[in-house]
Amino acid sequence: MSRHVLSLLVEDKPGILTRVAALFARRGFNIESLAVGTTEVQGLSRITVVVGVEGAPLEQVTKQLNKLINVIKVVELEADQAVQRDHMLIKVRTDAASRSAVLEAVTLFRARVIDVVSDALIIEVTGDTAKCAAFIKVLEPFGIKELVQSGVLAMGRGSKSITEKVLK
Amino acid sequence: MANEVLTGAAAIIRSLELLGIEDIFGLPGGAILPTYDPLMDSKKIRHILVRHEQGAGHAAEGYASASGRLGVCIATSGPGATNLVTAIADAYMDSVPMLAITGQVGSKLIGTDAFQEADIVGITMPITKHSFLVTKAEDIPETIAAAVMIATTGRPGPVLVDVTKDAQQGKAEFVWPPKVDLAGYKPVTKPHGKQIQAAAQMIAESKKPVLYVGGGVVRAGAHKELLKLAELTGAPVVTTLMARGAFPDSHKQNLGMPGMHGTVPAVTALQKADLLITLGARFDDRVTGDVKSFAPGAKVIHVDIDPAEIGKIRFADIPIVGDAKEVITELNAELPSALKATKQDIKEWWSFVDGLVTRYPLGYTHEDDGKLSPQHVIQRIGELSGPEAIYAAGVGQHQMWSAQFIKYERPNSWLNSGGAGTMGYAVPAAMGAKVGQPDRLVWAIDGDGCFQMTNQELATCAINNIPIKVAIINNSSLGMVRQWQTLFYNERYSNTDLNTGTDTVMIPDFVKLADAYGCLAIRVEKEDEIDAAIKLAIATNDRPVVIDFIVSRDAMVWPMVAAGLSNDEVQYARDAAPLWDGME
Repeated sequence: MSRHVLSLLVEDKPGILTRVAALFARRGFNIESLAVGTTEVQGLSRITVVVGVEGAPLEQVTKQLNKLINVIKVVELEADQAVQRDHMLIKVRTDAASRSAVLEAVTLFRARVIDVVSDALIIEVTGDTAKCAAFIKVLEPFGIKELVQSGVLAMGRGSKSITEKVLK
Repeated sequence: MANEVLTGAAAIIRSLELLGIEDIFGLPGGAILPTYDPLMDSKKIRHILVRHEQGAGHAAEGYASASGRLGVCIATSGPGATNLVTAIADAYMDSVPMLAITGQVGSKLIGTDAFQEADIVGITMPITKHSFLVTKAEDIPETIAAAVMIATTGRPGPVLVDVTKDAQQGKAEFVWPPKVDLAGYKPVTKPHGKQIQAAAQMIAESKKPVLYVGGGVVRAGAHKELLKLAELTGAPVVTTLMARGAFPDSHKQNLGMPGMHGTVPAVTALQKADLLITLGARFDDRVTGDVKSFAPGAKVIHVDIDPAEIGKIRFADIPIVGDAKEVITELNAELPSALKATKQDIKEWWSFVDGLVTRYPLGYTHEDDGKLSPQHVIQRIGELSGPEAIYAAGVGQHQMWSAQFIKYERPNSWLNSGGAGTMGYAVPAAMGAKVGQPDRLVWAIDGDGCFQMTNQELATCAINNIPIKVAIINNSSLGMVRQWQTLFYNERYSNTDLNTGTDTVMIPDFVKLADAYGCLAIRVEKEDEIDAAIKLAIATNDRPVVIDFIVSRDAMVWPMVAAGLSNDEVQYARDAAPLWDGME
């Protein structure tokens, strides 16, 4: 299975997320992660989808996405021409003995502690998927009590923006 | 001058009038009641009250497919809307321009499981080109205009507009024309010049070309351009189930229909071709059979207005996105010089193809059970009604025989449910076609199974003076399913007897049923009665006509490529495969 990051510029209309998500399911494509939010342009949202592709080519799903009336632009962000970031919150079990080791890992991974109680920390980390996976591996021996993560966010490198390409 | 203030309901009707809509099929109910009030006063719109919303949907499809104009249907919320779903799915599969307007419960009640509430926008998302939920009166003109634009441009399709009851009752200034801003909708109709040149070159260099013509040519109204292209190239033409009539059957280059029940020449020409000039067709599995072994030696030029169709099933050596009419026009301009340069000669190809045409004509054998041959009945309907008539079929054996044995000379004369395969399409579609084309003779050629799904619209036809003719090809069974049981299930006829034949309990008796609906009802059991009944039907225009043709249940549709097999395995008749020679 190959993994692709698609960035969709969409009109911020009711049901747009349903339309996009359902299309993936209906056409037999597997969504690995999904992130949705507003953009610098009012009325436009950006959906970042990580899709696992098996069998049918990715081209088929991008063409079908382009047919959705509220989808304005679909681009694939290749890893070497885009920045990609995961965002995670991790609740780790800590005690007096382990806390300093956990904090050392936090520093090494340029993560941040955002909540502290006597027997746990909540740590925030951002980075590409590989870095986040490595960080989790380091924390696992201490005991991960809870983990949440956003979908991958991605943006093309360089000065051009997806919106100016579309709206010029 | 200040704009007029209208209720949302009046704005719906006014918008439709201003968009040139003349006919609507529908049935009122609670949530759409406000809109039915101003509809009553409209001088421009004829509303036809159906007996079931599915009938309204298929009527809108038949109207659109026969006339080339937008079909419009209207229903209330909840079950009214869900009854449209089959027709909407059908229109989506066959790219029929259709607008469905549904009432919705008040915006404050949405999400409360209110009486007759159904999320019809959600339900129809996968089967519409687009759908809208309107909750404010001021949004109505823009939404209706956008919906009509989406439904009728690019690849046509169904669009649903769901309007809450409070949006219909609310008031707003009526602004016309509204500003329609669809940033994400820009269908490409004009082809790329370089692709046209490359296609012309590839055509001119081919030795064994075939024009593989699909329904897109009919929807684009590109039949005249196609005729010119066919005569420029001299190539054999095959017309898919959706494209019957796009190219005259009387033309010597027409090999007929390809696919599961296609003619041997059409199926074989595709298999042996070195180039498929694919125009508005989509390599449906019923055409290709096993896709890996479909047309193995052929390069593909694929013309479609929908980029997603190109490369979906079969790799296209030359993809061309554009409107069939524009693409073919440009090809026709480019081809003469390309053909002159290559001095193309396809005589050898034609001698092979002509051999197939001579050896494997369409035909059928009479069964010896004393019943009528369904193929003969259908052939006579076609011969006595002529090429200007409209023929709407249901789904099954009678549909295939109608595609095979009626000779089509013009587009928009053959209506059927191709992609979805919706039993029950014929009667309401014929009704819609007759409303859209009142001067043409309209037949519904139906099966006894299909007919029982939607015959309630005979009441609509009788009351509204829509004199369609219905030919029931009555074999007292679900014929196509029975054919598969005969061929693939050891003649175990599980649940395919319908008991409508003359040697059964005859429930229902179609003649009595049609009579109850105010139709002229005729039963035909003998061959020498066929022509007289058809002629009487054609001459009767003060009411609908239903003819119950009692046909043999053992008649089967041939040729046939069994599901999933290669088209090389086409059977001319049972246990009779064609012999191939040459052109291997």
